[in-house]
Amino acid sequence: MGDADAPLARRKKTVSAIGDRVFHGVTATSALIVLALIGGIAAALVVGAWPALAKFGPAFVTSMDWNPVTDEYGAAVAIFGTLASSALAMVIAVPVSFGIALFVTELAPVWMRQPISTAVELLAAIPSIIYGMWGLFVFAPFLSTYVQPWLSNALGGWPVVGYLFSGPPIGIGIFTAGLVLAVMIIPFITAVMRDTFEVVPGVLKESSYALGATTWEVARSVILPYTKTGVIGGIMLGLGRALGETMAVTFVIGNAHSIPGGLFYPGNSIAATLANEFTEATGEIYTSALIALGLVLFVITLIVLILARLLLLRLSAQEGQ
Amino acid sequence: MTLFQKRKAINTFNMAMCVATTVFGLFWLVWLLWTLISHGIGYIDWQVFTEITPAPGNDGGLSNAIVGSLIVTAIGTLIGAPIGIFAGTYLAEYGRNSRLAALVRFFNDVLLSAPSIIIGLFVYEVIVVTMGHFSALAGGIALSLIMIPLNVRITENMMRLVSDQMREAAAALGIPRWKVITRIIYRAALSGIITGVILGIARIAGETAPLLFTALNNNFFSTDVLGPIANLPIMIFQFALSPYEDWHHLAWVGAFLITFTILALNVLVRLVLRPSK
Repeated sequence: MGDADAPLARRKKTVSAIGDRVFHGVTATSALIVLALIGGIAAALVVGAWPALAKFGPAFVTSMDWNPVTDEYGAAVAIFGTLASSALAMVIAVPVSFGIALFVTELAPVWMRQPISTAVELLAAIPSIIYGMWGLFVFAPFLSTYVQPWLSNALGGWPVVGYLFSGPPIGIGIFTAGLVLAVMIIPFITAVMRDTFEVVPGVLKESSYALGATTWEVARSVILPYTKTGVIGGIMLGLGRALGETMAVTFVIGNAHSIPGGLFYPGNSIAATLANEFTEATGEIYTSALIALGLVLFVITLIVLILARLLLLRLSAQEGQ
Repeated sequence: MTLFQKRKAINTFNMAMCVATTVFGLFWLVWLLWTLISHGIGYIDWQVFTEITPAPGNDGGLSNAIVGSLIVTAIGTLIGAPIGIFAGTYLAEYGRNSRLAALVRFFNDVLLSAPSIIIGLFVYEVIVVTMGHFSALAGGIALSLIMIPLNVRITENMMRLVSDQMREAAAALGIPRWKVITRIIYRAALSGIITGVILGIARIAGETAPLLFTALNNNFFSTDVLGPIANLPIMIFQFALSPYEDWHHLAWVGAFLITFTILALNVLVRLVLRPSK
């Protein structure tokens, strides 16, 4: 290299080194923002919830009071409503999603698979407020006219089950919230199940078919054991969605601050309480109690989602082997 | 019944259930869309786009809510998309196998499914309280936080689809890494990255919960990003829960517009941009 070229080469090198450092820095900072977000959310919620937590202590989680007039707050009713509606949603959504995923990966003719998958994905694209409006104006009246009276008559006399299906058939309540939630989380669970079913090695399935197994036996004894972790991960992911779903539930759950006596009774969920009361909350303790509710929801969903992701990670590690 | 017949019967029954569950799943989509069409389409006219939201009993439209939604969504996209794309770039390129990248990837996936109302609470605490009032900017920031994890995920996946040979070939020519990424990898993954941004827009356009405590609502026409702003989702929420018949009609029109815009974006992305498998 001649003397005349040296400065130019050096200059070029420094420019590219600076460019690399800047771009590396920008992308790494953006990645750190994602981490900071999770920490920031947790910190902001704890700070906001502190006055209420300091006043009520651990009893906040178990107390059934919710009285803005006397400034007494407890999360038990909202937690119960959140868990009950999500549980009902899971009971319906899990078998349905399993059926759809199995249909799409094993049964459907090839030309049908993509359109059906897309249609189910579109169900997830519809905003939650639309589910809420449809639930309130179309689905709830339908349930109260046709489904709830029939269920009460048919099952009301049974022990335990009859207790579940008791309550006023007004179409608004835990039952409707659970059904709407089920429809909303079906696409999420289906997508994960479908993707995990697709990675089952063809050889495994073909060998059992060759032994004379039926499609169902292959599904139950080959596909399901092979994809167990992924399937559970998908279910947890759906549960995480159901727990935090806000607008749809706000429309149909009934917003009653009491532990519902049966599925048809109105109740309340954490997210719905926040949506309804937060902007109207006056006073430090009221606002703080609502943020504390948010914190409870955040902790519950965080645990569920972390478990889901750990299970799904284990599955992809398995695939890598 | 022989064992064989029994196995066959069980199989037929269960496979029939699979078909039934699929029909069950699609049935809701049809019902929802039909509801929107039958309730919404009849009330769409020019007024919807030219007049602002009315007082009960008066004529009016949704122009302020439509414009407000566009503004809030635009702010969300302008903040969320670059951060998401850069973070995705870090995971796919510089970070790739590092501990930090694994951690970011994990919590990004958690954030992807985190309840959107919590995001709203967070932005309320950090921005609305600090500023002292609700604003379109706070709403946009809340939406951007929903967009970021989506874009991180899709950008990383799409950039990883670009083969390493291309990176090595470029590096062998002496091109610095940042140029390899911006000039070559981005170009190869462009349609995928745009897919991510459009899906992100479709996702945040209908989000209501994060706007409740941030952008709030506004019954008048406003383009002031520092003040509360009207927007379609919250307008639907308020009008649908009101006792007034004509407000319900407007809420259905809003629901129709927003849903079909979002579905159109989704279908467009699938038809035009997604590489066929």
